[in-house]
Amino acid sequence: MVLIYIDQDDQEIKKASFEAISYGAALAKQLGTSAEALLLGTVKDDLAAIGKYGASKVHQVNNLALNNFDAYVNAMVVADAAKALGATVIIFANNINGKAIAPAVGVKLSAGLVAGACALPKTDAGFVVTKTVFSGKAFASIQIETPIKVISVNQNSFGVVVGEGTATVHPLEINAPASKIKITATDKIKGEVPLTEATLVVSGGRGLKGPENWGILLDLAKSLGASTACSRPVSDSDWRPHHEHVGQTGIQIAPNLYIAIGISGAIQHLAGVNRSKTIVVINKDPEAPFFKAADYGVVGDAFEVVPALTAAILKSKASA
Amino acid sequence: MKILVCISKTPDTTSKIAFIEGNTKFDENGVQWIINPYDEWYSLVKAIELKEKDPSVTIHLVTVGGADTEPIIRKALALGGDEAIRVNNLGNDSMMVAQEIAAIAKEGAYDLIFTGKETIDYNSGSIGSMLSALLDTSFIPNATSLDLSGSNIIIKREIDGGEETCEASMPIILSCQKGMAEQRIPNMRGIMAARTKPLKVVEGTITNAYTTIQKFDTPSAKSGVKLIDSGNMDELVRLLKEEAKVI
Ligand SMILES: Cc1cc2nc3c(=O)[nH]c(=O)nc-3n(C[C@H](O)[C@H](O)[C@H](O)COP(=O)(O)OP(=O)(O)OC[C@H]3O[C@@H](n4cnc5c(N)ncnc54)[C@H](O)[C@@H]3O)c2cc1C
Repeated sequence: MVLIYIDQDDQEIKKASFEAISYGAALAKQLGTSAEALLLGTVKDDLAAIGKYGASKVHQVNNLALNNFDAYVNAMVVADAAKALGATVIIFANNINGKAIAPAVGVKLSAGLVAGACALPKTDAGFVVTKTVFSGKAFASIQIETPIKVISVNQNSFGVVVGEGTATVHPLEINAPASKIKITATDKIKGEVPLTEATLVVSGGRGLKGPENWGILLDLAKSLGASTACSRPVSDSDWRPHHEHVGQTGIQIAPNLYIAIGISGAIQHLAGVNRSKTIVVINKDPEAPFFKAADYGVVGDAFEVVPALTAAILKSKASA
Repeated sequence: MKILVCISKTPDTTSKIAFIEGNTKFDENGVQWIINPYDEWYSLVKAIELKEKDPSVTIHLVTVGGADTEPIIRKALALGGDEAIRVNNLGNDSMMVAQEIAAIAKEGAYDLIFTGKETIDYNSGSIGSMLSALLDTSFIPNATSLDLSGSNIIIKREIDGGEETCEASMPIILSCQKGMAEQRIPNMRGIMAARTKPLKVVEGTITNAYTTIQKFDTPSAKSGVKLIDSGNMDELVRLLKEEAKVI
């Protein structure tokens, strides 16, 4: 059986989990087994509806203490649940929480782990999972040698697959160790889609000259409903908040559309964004290295091009 | 207080990524090795800051690798830290590395264990979580700040779309990222002192990997950028809608 971990935040299922369930369901089909999901704690979502992503059952460890994420505690509960249910493959989204517990679950189940899978495993001979390495500059095909396998799936690499079906919900009794971590405050960036979950991203670099010029970028993002990101020097100079920094040493993202404005395309920047499906580069220097990694390029002054692009998007939306 | 800082060697961020032996091995030819930036900038410097505030703090560095990791360890010692341990094992997968570090950690009875958020080569970010299971110790991933308050510690960590503050007690394992500390450059005194700091070599004992890399591939190059005239943004919008189908 393929068991998929449902990640929740504030009693809401994270979008990344729907992708993980879709991936787990496709893998289960390939292996001729069932896909079942595991929830720790409680959520407001309708659990039966998870069936539409391909899980036939949802096992719920109905313990309110588990609504607060504790990497060690969650990992112990998932490992015990996997044992009790006889799971042979355990799937996580490779988001912050998934990354933090999948390896520990691997330890407790003596299971080999592939962290950051970007495609379904090849299971015709052995069990080989492809993952991105060197910050997206290469892929590695990794054979898992152990009977039980743990995989965390890169966000936006498989996609959410919506079908028909409802899942049955089953309470599961698993003892959780007491958490030694007390969460005292949570600060959410309000009204914004977290960058790692965004499908459209507009990003600015040093070419925008200063924080006072960000208005044109924000207008473009608003016209598209996109999240905003930036290059490292921009966040280092506090022009933009740190959580917007993408790249090798920042957040790695893989949206459907990444629009880079006034960013040169240094290799460390590309490492964080080169998995984007479509890249648009706006830069006044035709020699900027970013053009080599781009699908569409506009050579021009951002201060003219960006407002024109926003106007064109609004026009196209108005006529749609 | 005793701190263990896990150090990994990674290719410099500008290294050419190529593979040899039928794409089964990373081509190390001409590669310059550095301390994994997360380990250096955030974990190690944070440990040093704690020692600067309280000289009774002891910092041990640990790396799992061959003799070729020693220049990296010396560089780390030049930044700070009291002594280093190299576990002589090539560590074919994260699980092997974590098991070796766990053995060192058990022996040293550390209060704080720091890892970087991930290494910039294999990007798994698994060691902290594995250590937590191997040592049955709490783990806080993606820590962006750490303050001591009596015997308790206050940690901020990144969560999806925000930040969380929590209180915990030691021993604890943290994976460190941006915010934790600021990058430093070793000074001459540090470099001189590093030469005489103890670097202990311990033979590795773990031989069994759970995973094997079969081959590497490099992504197919983009077919080439389509340039759009800066005066014709309607055309760009049309392409994004009809060709790329992303908006
Ligand atoms: C170990 C290491 C890790 C790093 N990690 C990261 C990382 O995670 N993320 C990251 O982003 N960087 C990272 N860097 C830094 C990286 O090497 C680059 O320095 C950085 O990405 C450059 O940022 P930029 O493109 O905004 O600025 P610049 O390189 O200064 O580029 C500005 C660009 O704007 C263009 N421009 C100027 N004016 C205009 C205008 N009016 N209209 C249009 N275009 C204009 C210019 O032609 C230029 O191409 C790292 C570096 C190192 C050494």
